[in-house]
Amino acid sequence: MEQDWIWGLVGGLLIGTGGAVYLLANGRIMGASGIIGGLVDGSGRSTASERLVFLAGVFLLPILLYPLYGHVDTHVSTNPVVIIAAGLLVGAGTRLANGCTSGHGVCGISRFSLRGIVATVFYILAGGLTVVFFRHLLGVI
Amino acid sequence: MRLLYAFIAGGLFGAGLFVSGMTDTAKVQGWLDVFGDWDPTLAFVMGGAIIPMAIAWRLVPGRKPLVGGIFPEPQEPKVSRNLVLGSTMFGAGWGLAGLCPGPAIASLSYGGVWHWVFAAAMLAGMALAPMLRVTLDRTVPAE
Repeated sequence: MEQDWIWGLVGGLLIGTGGAVYLLANGRIMGASGIIGGLVDGSGRSTASERLVFLAGVFLLPILLYPLYGHVDTHVSTNPVVIIAAGLLVGAGTRLANGCTSGHGVCGISRFSLRGIVATVFYILAGGLTVVFFRHLLGVI
Repeated sequence: MRLLYAFIAGGLFGAGLFVSGMTDTAKVQGWLDVFGDWDPTLAFVMGGAIIPMAIAWRLVPGRKPLVGGIFPEPQEPKVSRNLVLGSTMFGAGWGLAGLCPGPAIASLSYGGVWHWVFAAAMLAGMALAPMLRVTLDRTVPAE
């Protein structure tokens, strides 16, 4: 739709404001994979409550907004092999790289971090090639 | 206060992911798919998010976080094997499903069962990552 970019910009500003609050108030970098991963591998045990409360906010706000939209289709794949392989790659890859779209992308690029910029270039290239390969050549996604 | 601020930050993040359409896997894959019907939305989301963050980083020098402590130091500008390999793996998964860790959590309440399957696999991948690091260090020594 034509207005999608406006909502993209509005949503982006909200995401960045969330990152600004997390940084300026709590002194933390808002990286989703780091916040979740620290709970999974135990490295964030001492800050577990802060992480859980942050994730509760991420999970709960869409529940409050959902009624305004009525129905939201996420067009997610229903192919178990695709979904499980994708989840494993996203989980292991973001932890190996120490960041994802929010940590390396939003928080890293905005401070001109070389690591953030390099990571973003690689995950966008890999993502683009994956979509082209699996959609246009194999037709599975 | 730390927990209240964390909840506000997470809430803004979740609300932003929801209204921007970034939990719609078709929009993410549509942005990555330069040979298809290209969807520019993700670029506006990224650009919009970077603006407040860039302002926040400019406020950091000479100050302390509101709840105390210190701000995170910039990382050494070193491109490591794990950074490149991990980001490539992440990108492949991101392209396959159209989901990254933030939207994976934000979409759990309304995305249906396959979002839970994705999240479970993502957590498993995160749990396996420390082992992967050790294996990599043993077999492919970092330069």
